[in-house]
Amino acid sequence: MNEKKQHPQYDDTSNESSAGKGEISRRQFLTYTLMGTAGFMASMLITPPLRATLDSVLQKKQEEPMVAVADVNELTNEPKRFTFTLSIDDAWVKNQQTTFSAWVYKKENGDIVALSPICTHLGCTVDWDSNPKYPNEFFCPCHGGRYTKDGINIPGTPPPAPLAEYAYEVKDGKLYLGNLIPRT
Amino acid sequence: MIQRVYDWLDERLDLSPIWRDIADHEVPEHVNPAHHFSAFVYCFGGLTFFTVVIQILSGMFLSMFYAPDIVNAFNSVKYLQTEVSFGYIVRGMHHWGASVVIVMLFLHTLRVFFTGAYKAPREMNWVVGVLLFAVILGLGFTGYLLPWDNKAYFATKVGLQIAEVVPVLGPYIKHFLAGGDIVGAETITRFFAIHVFFLPAVLLLLLGVHFILIRRQGIAGPL
Repeated sequence: MNEKKQHPQYDDTSNESSAGKGEISRRQFLTYTLMGTAGFMASMLITPPLRATLDSVLQKKQEEPMVAVADVNELTNEPKRFTFTLSIDDAWVKNQQTTFSAWVYKKENGDIVALSPICTHLGCTVDWDSNPKYPNEFFCPCHGGRYTKDGINIPGTPPPAPLAEYAYEVKDGKLYLGNLIPRT
Repeated sequence: MIQRVYDWLDERLDLSPIWRDIADHEVPEHVNPAHHFSAFVYCFGGLTFFTVVIQILSGMFLSMFYAPDIVNAFNSVKYLQTEVSFGYIVRGMHHWGASVVIVMLFLHTLRVFFTGAYKAPREMNWVVGVLLFAVILGLGFTGYLLPWDNKAYFATKVGLQIAEVVPVLGPYIKHFLAGGDIVGAETITRFFAIHVFFLPAVLLLLLGVHFILIRRQGIAGPL
């Protein structure tokens, strides 16, 4: 214990001569053991909180259910805005009734198009045929973004991408909308 | 690798004197369990501090999942407890740790008392210790309300009624603590603020004084 007086613990070379090649000194062994134990305890301490915090990142995104939005025979060639309500669970705030909407119309060949009304520029709500200067286009009032009837952004206007499209299916004469599919 | 990173920093920032001043001290024989096993009683102060560190850490993470509000408090705790993976462990650390802090603190107090370590010149540190005891009890009391379940509600109600029997000032103390006439919306926000901001600030301050005084006065001698 006397050798401790001069703080030889900060002078690792002092013990190296006594330890042969590939061996570690008693001091090193004790240092590793202490550090290992301390590290183990620290990781025990920090792992649960970190795992809990990362939970939202690691959780799989749940598929949204298809919702009945309209009768198919309500649809025309002219985009019409339909609203529908989803029950959203936001952590501990359960069953939040949240309203979404879609611009829906039927193409000449009978295909249905359901577009998100959210402008891909900065997220304002686009309107159909609302600006007299740009008839038969989706128009965003915030920065003058414009889209064709197919939801394709018109070059020279702010939006960087076409309007997102809803996945849809028709069952028993009703139109069901599902997840939003972004387009580029 | 780590050694080289440390050396690089040490060369520039002269770190060694800082941590040596904090950590590099001879442990007297009579407080070293390696010499006399019964000296483990001298660990309780350090263990109290260690559990306090656990409380601060787990509490910081808990606050990410907690909403101090009468509508959401219980549901946010329930969400963490039942739906976040490892959430019940984080809450468990804070819940059980709270009791462990009090137990360790009590054992530490007994050790100081029975070894006479509070005697001159260390009376001031005993006083600081008693203040720390009060702060820890305050943290326990205010934290108990936050899950906002029946136990929390009625424990706080009883606690406030105890405060009410203080002569003359009682009703004012109760009203001040509750932030209103009932244990309600203003009580939970008030207790939350006291629990996570006011008392921890006082706690850290007093702990600093406690440790500086130990360093100044040294560990009390053997019996």
